[in-house]
Formats: sequence, C-alpha cells, structure tokens
Amino acid sequence: MASVELQSIGKSFGGTPVLSGIDLAVADGEFLTLVGASGCGKSTLIRIIAGLEPQSAGSVRIGGASVDHLRPHERHVAMVFQSYALYPHMRVFANMALPLTMTRLNLFERLPLLRLLSPRRRGVMAGISQQVHAVARQLQIESLLDRRPSQLSGGQRQRVALGRAMVREPAVFLMDEPLSNLDAKLRVHMRSELAELHARLGVTFIYVTHDQVEAMTMSDRVAMMDSGTILQLGKPDDLYARPANVKVAQFIGTPAINLLPARVGAAGTVELFGADLPIRVRRPAGTTLTLGIRPQAVTPATTGTAHTGLCALDGRLRRSENLGAEHILHVDLAAPATGALTGVMAGDPEALVDDARRLALLFAPSACHVFDTEGARIDDVEAVPSAPTRMARAL
Amino acid sequence: MTAAATLAAPVPAPRRNRQRLIESLAGSGFALPAFFLLLLTNLVPLAALLYLSFTNYELGALDTRFLGLDNFHKALGDPVFRRSLYNTFAYVAMVIPGAVGLGLLIAVLLHRRKRTRSIYEVIYFLPVTSTLIAMATVWQFILHPALGPVNAALRALGFGEIAFLSEPAYVLPTLAAIGIWQLVGFNMVLFLAGLSAIPRDLYEAAEIDGCRSGIDRFLTITWPLLGPTTMFVIVTTSITAFKVFDTVAVMTRGGPMGASEVLLYAIYLEGYQYFHMGYAAALTLIFLAFVLLFSILQTFVLERRVHY
Amino acid sequence: MATAMPMQDSARPITTGSSLLRRMFTLFAVHTVLICGAVFILLPFVWMVVTSLKSPSEIFTVDFSLWPKHFNAVENYGRALTKVPLLRFALNGFIVCAGILIVQVLVAVPCAYALAKLRFPGRNALFALVLLGLCIPVQVPALPLYMALASLGLLNTYFAIMMPFFLSVFAIFLFRQFFKSYPDEIIQAARLDGMSEFEIVWRIVVPSSWPAIAAFSVFSVVAHWNDLYWPLIVINDMNLATPPLGMLFFADSETGSNYGSLTAAATVITAPLVLAFLIARRRFIEGITMTGIK
Repeated sequence: MASVELQSIGKSFGGTPVLSGIDLAVADGEFLTLVGASGCGKSTLIRIIAGLEPQSAGSVRIGGASVDHLRPHERHVAMVFQSYALYPHMRVFANMALPLTMTRLNLFERLPLLRLLSPRRRGVMAGISQQVHAVARQLQIESLLDRRPSQLSGGQRQRVALGRAMVREPAVFLMDEPLSNLDAKLRVHMRSELAELHARLGVTFIYVTHDQVEAMTMSDRVAMMDSGTILQLGKPDDLYARPANVKVAQFIGTPAINLLPARVGAAGTVELFGADLPIRVRRPAGTTLTLGIRPQAVTPATTGTAHTGLCALDGRLRRSENLGAEHILHVDLAAPATGALTGVMAGDPEALVDDARRLALLFAPSACHVFDTEGARIDDVEAVPSAPTRMARAL
Repeated sequence: MTAAATLAAPVPAPRRNRQRLIESLAGSGFALPAFFLLLLTNLVPLAALLYLSFTNYELGALDTRFLGLDNFHKALGDPVFRRSLYNTFAYVAMVIPGAVGLGLLIAVLLHRRKRTRSIYEVIYFLPVTSTLIAMATVWQFILHPALGPVNAALRALGFGEIAFLSEPAYVLPTLAAIGIWQLVGFNMVLFLAGLSAIPRDLYEAAEIDGCRSGIDRFLTITWPLLGPTTMFVIVTTSITAFKVFDTVAVMTRGGPMGASEVLLYAIYLEGYQYFHMGYAAALTLIFLAFVLLFSILQTFVLERRVHY
Repeated sequence: MATAMPMQDSARPITTGSSLLRRMFTLFAVHTVLICGAVFILLPFVWMVVTSLKSPSEIFTVDFSLWPKHFNAVENYGRALTKVPLLRFALNGFIVCAGILIVQVLVAVPCAYALAKLRFPGRNALFALVLLGLCIPVQVPALPLYMALASLGLLNTYFAIMMPFFLSVFAIFLFRQFFKSYPDEIIQAARLDGMSEFEIVWRIVVPSSWPAIAAFSVFSVVAHWNDLYWPLIVINDMNLATPPLGMLFFADSETGSNYGSLTAAATVITAPLVLAFLIARRRFIEGITMTGIK
C-alpha cells in the first residue's frame, strides 16, 4: 500500500507533446480514476507510472520514494491491461503464478528441463501454489486454474488478469480500461465487484477509463484529462456539481449538459438571447460567456406557465425518448433563442405540449453554470433579486 | 434489393435445381483443365514410376524384365545408394540447426530495430533471390585453396590452407554452410512474421511480472509462442535441404570420391546419365517416401499444436 | 521537486531506469552480430562483382587486394556475353517464366474458385489430390515425363521446359484460401444480375484477389528462373538454356581458367532478380513467404 506522487510529468513522442505539467498526488488506499476522451494521454500517464514508458520530464514517487530509476517490476505495481494480456500458452495457474516464480526462483530454477534438478524449487512452488489458490478462491476462479485463457469467457479472463495482479500484493494497482472489452451487463456487474475489491484490499487503485459512469461510480477522486493536462481533480460530486471547465461539464453527466451562448450585459448581469438573467458576474460588459444547464435542472411545463424565481425558455418538442422511468426531451428553442435543449422528466411530455407541440422549459438561475470565454468556470456568480423573466415570445 | 428478397423467400424447386446444375457444370468445367494436368503431370507419372520400379527397363532397351521388388533390394544393399542417403541426411542434419538457429537469431535481433531493420532485411534476403548456380561458382572461387580470399585469410592468420571442396571430410560441411547461407534470409522473414504476431502487451505484462532480461523474455514468451512457426520453419528447411542438388551439380559433381553425392544427384546420374530407368524409378520412390514423411510430420505436428 | 529527465525513444519500450551504459552495450553487441552475419551474406556478392572487374593477372596473384588495380571489366563482360549467349539465356528465362506463370494462373484460378465456392461432383476428391500434389516435388514425376517427352521427340523445346509446371498445386491451394474468404453475397448478387460463372471469376473475384496473385507470381518467377534440375534434364541445346543451365554450361567450358568472365557471367545472371527484388521488396517478401501461410 502506498501513495503515488507525480511531479510535473511531461511526455513527448518525437516532437509531439502528449503530456505536460501533470501534478497528481494519490493518497494511500485511494481509488483514483483518470478519465477523458481517447487521446487525452491517460493511458500514457498510467504507463509512465508503471515504468513501461520513460517520462520526458518530471518524476514519479511511490510510497514517498522516487522510482524513476526503477524498472517496472521493481516498483511494486501491478497492472491490468485492456486486453488482459494473459499468456496464451500457459494455464491459468501458471499465469497467476508467474509473477511469483519470476521473483522467487532464479534463472537456473526456471529453465525448462534443468529446473527439475533443483531441490529448493519444490518448496518454493508449494508456497506459490498456496498463494495462487488463496487469491483464486477470493476471485472465485479456483475451478478455472487448469484451463487455458482461450477456453475462458471475457469476464473470467478479466478475473484471471486481476488475480495475476493480486498475487503480487502490490503497493499500487494500475488498471488500463479493464472493462472496455466486456458487454454492457457484465461491465455493470464488474464495476461493483471492482469497487468491493478495492474496499476489501484497501490498496491504492489508479484506474483509467473513457467511461464517465465508471469514473463517477467507482472512484474516491476523479482526474479528468484533456490534451495531456488535468482539467480538474476532485471528488465525483465536485466534477458534477462544480465543473471547472466546459469540457469537464460536457464530459461528466448523462445526458450531456446543455450549453447556451451568453454574454455579460450592460449592468453586469448575464444576458441570454437578449434577455437578462437574475445573475451577475464580475466581468467587463460584452464578454462572451457559456451558460451550462444540466438536463436534470430543466423542468418542462406547459407554455405560458410562470413560476416565481425561475427563468423560462419557450420551445417546440422535437422528440422524446422513453426510458421507462423517465423521459428525455429534445426541444428546439423558439426565437429569439437558438439551438436546442435537452430536458429530463418523470412523466410523459405529451401531457404538457399544446397542439403545436410547444412547451416551456423552466430552470433556476442558481442551477446555471457560467463559463468564461476560455471555458473556465466563473465562481463568483451573484444572484440578483428580480422578477422571473420571460425569455421568448411563443412561436 | 432483389438479392435479399430472393434469399428471404424460399426459392422454387426447379429454380434451385437449375442453379445447382449450373454450379455443378461450372465447377466441373473450371476444375477440368487442372484435373487433366494433375493427371498428366502427377498421377500418371506416379503410376508409371511404380510400374517402372518393378522392371529393369533401360532407355531404348528393347526388352524389359519384370523384377518385382529386386530394384528396392538392390538399392538398400547398394553401397553407392546408401552413401548418398547418408550424405543427404548428414547434410540435412547440418543445415537445420544452422539455417533455423541463425534465422531465429537474426529475426529476434532485428525485430526491435527501427531504423536499421530494412537494410539488414534486404541484405539477409539477397541470397534467397539470387541464382544459386551462379553464386555457387562464386563460392567455388572464394573457397579456392590458392586464389580465394578465405584461404588467403587463413594463411595470413598462420593456419594452413584448407581444401574445402576437394577434401572428402570437408566437402559436406562446406556445402551445408552454403546451403545455410542461402536459407537464412528466408527463415528470418518467416520468423519475423511469427514474432510480429506476438502481442506487445504480453511483453509488457511480463516485464511488470518480473521478466528482467532478454533471456527471460525469450524463454517465457517468445519461444513458446513461436512454436508453430518454428516447427514450420524446421520442416520446410528439412524438405528444401533434402532436395539439395544445384550446389553439388556445379561445385563437386558428387566428388571427391562420392563424398558429396546426395540422393537427388544419385538419381540424376542413374536416370539421365546411365539411363537405368527402372532402378532410378525405384530410387525416386524412396526419395518420395522420405519427402512424404517430412510433409506428414509437418501436418501432424502443426495440427497437434494448440492454437492459442 | 521537478527533475528533468530527458530520455530518448528507443526501439525497446521498456528502458526506464536501466543504465545508459547497459543499453549501449546491448546495442553494440546486437549490431556486431548482425554485421558479422551481413558480411557472411554479402561476401559472395561483393567478391563476384569485384572479381568481374579485375584482370587475369590480378586474379591469379596470390597476394590479393579487394579493389582492382586494372579495370578489365569491358573484356570480362564482353567475353562472358559473347562466348556463351548470356543474353539469350536471360531471354529464355524470361520466356519460360512468363509462359509458366500465365498458364499457371489461367489453370489455377478457375480451379481454385470451383474448389472454394462451387459444389460439383468429385470436389472433395479433387482437393485431396491437390493436397497430395503439394507433397510431391517436381523431381519425382521428372523421370516418366522425361521418357514421355523423349519418345515424343519433344526434348529441347520450350514446351518441354514449361510443361511439368503448368499445373501449380500450390497456386490452387493458395488461391482457394483467398477465394474462400470472398463474400458470398457479392457472388450471389452478380449471379442475379445475370453474370455467368466465368465472368464472375475473372471480372469480380480475381481483381480483388490481386495481392495474392501478385505475391504468387513473384514466388513462381523466382522459383522457375532459378530452377536447374528440370532444364538440365530436358535441354542440351544451349540456345534454349535457362539462366542456371547457361551458367552451368559456361562454368563447364571455363574450368579453372577465366574467373574474370566467369564472375562477370554470374553477375549478369544474378542481376535481374536481385534488381527486381530491390525495387519491389515488399511484393517479393510477401510472395516468397506465402509458403508460410498454409
């Protein structure tokens, strides 16, 4: 069990920078997820931690000590690969025993025929066998020990890969998109299994995924990456409720957040589609802003209704998706507003629309996320007490 | 689309039968030339060989006698034939470790190089494309006791001259070395293909698991996963080496004193120089038996190999 | 504390922490072995070209030097080209290889297609025969074929050289593998469009199997350009000799004497394929290692 510290890690392939200025401190026993779209550098980062790639700049510390000069197996890390990387020519037992045989037996004792001459080998192998069986029991794969990887299902292979990582009793578990190759149902099941495993072992987990659901449900903290930098590091809640960047807001949360173009009005209030919202920001007038509203924060209502304290946008229901427990609405906004909004509601939206399929979308100004021209979050947003504003004329 | 519609609905019986008939006819028609040639160039000759081997036919002879298995008995007792068999096997036994081992070594060394790989690949593959006869005459000159650079180098180092091709004890190893020279590049390419089929993340997983040195990596991953490729290379090398002829025909003609007379050369002499057709047919069948043995071995071993 | 650690990308991805010295040593050792091997491989080629440029006096001096002092190239090559019809040999090689290849493809493609996609009586038996044929080297039917050609008076003809090779079971096997993976739906659609099977083979399937055919062509040309055994048996008229046979003739007539022109001849004979290889490297290697994909 150990903490992991990354200090100013940078990496370039040829002349192309892939990572820059990564600072990250993972506490001992923490489950940290690196999440982001393909190409953001998260896999490269985890490979640098493992020692499979040398970094171009910066240093890696595990358990407080620098490991930059150490080779992968000397760093006491274990890694689960996306493809599991099980040795196809060995049975499951041998796969799981390999980390132990590599470290405990010397070269002579491992050579194919000569090893039968070694007296020490039998004792060592007995100990190894015990350990492998113990881990296999934990993962409920003891019955599979005699099979070859090609005879296993995807989920079973995943567990074997986990088992191979666990026998080493590493200080840090590294996982590179381990659930990507599983079907949806199995993925959901394995998510909770991994989370339980983490709780049981109490070892530091560093997990890489492009799936924000995995990131949100399994982690203690999440680091969202984009183009080689960390956009935001924090608890899942923080990333959802207070995204530091437009990109973070867009990535986290399903359905994706609604983004509307806005600007700073004359009085410092946020102006959306020509109308003033009752919120004020300290920015020069005319600055472009982006307003983010989560679909869950949008309340659909019949046209014409107004509620105190809420803003309203009129629009026409283009399509609604029925998920059973809820409906997702896709609404085209009415002039002078442009674009579309996504909303979520429990009942049937058909009950709210009029003959022309118009309806109103209500939202609280306090639920809005305001981002500046560069996409960074603006925290100092004041509420301005005023009457609810009607945003648009009906079509 | 009509195709989908037609496939979805059951095809009416007459239409089906007509289609089948067309297929049958087309298939037979297409295969006919090949079948005819197969008959002509493989099957009939095989039958003829079988028949000939039981006779004492000589080209142009007027009468032939049926000998039964006498030719085969004669072959197995013939010191010349037995020597040619021994020479051939000795040659194969020398070529296999050299050609396969070197091919593997070069492939493993080249596999990770990025910038120099193409250059070396081209160099090592050159002998495979070159005309062996021509290169054999050059080798003859290179190994010349008085004029060749090899012996000049040996003299410069203080050793005496070695008559590579005229000393009975040295001639087969020399021919084997040239055989290896010709095959290394071919095997190297086959091994390179096998090596690139091994997923890279296996090596990474092994590295994390503690595979420190190149030897560890080779023993744990490379060698086991190259298994099928290795077997294939060994068998093709064996068959190719077994068919050695060109170098013998150009460089030694079976000499000195039959020390380099190999099976195919013996058959060549018997059939096309001495015109003992019956006897040569028997020898050819023995040759075929060995080649078939190798081929069967190949299919047997390859099928047994677990396809991971 | 940020410490900059510049490390260059190397071919091996797993190099963190290992000392630079160790890496340099491995690199040095690896290239030493590779270069030694390369020297062994290139020796005959270099020696061949160099000797072909030397004059007889240089060749026969015991004290040798690598680079010729007197260039005798013109005489050597001239002698080689005139004493024996070297260019004629190359032409013969070209004719024979082209002839063989064309017939091979024309015969093998339809047969392979039939074996892969059509059902006809005797299909399995035919395929079994093909597999059997793969194990029979040409030196086996050579004897009866020779006798047949002799009795028909067809020795010393181009036909005699090409005939045993018209059928390439290897081509049938190879193309069948390829055709098997060709989508059935396209063929069915073509049938419904009214195409005859013959058209389907040559206008649809073959164009998309071009890589396999090209690779096989390379394999076939190399094999038959360099073949000695069969031409040696059926040809003794030098005007019909293929390159290897021609070389044998030339070596015979020049025993022990003119190494200059001998190596010049060897250079001329080896050059075409080597040059073709250097130009079309990828195709060559693909073609020749098609034997690996059984």
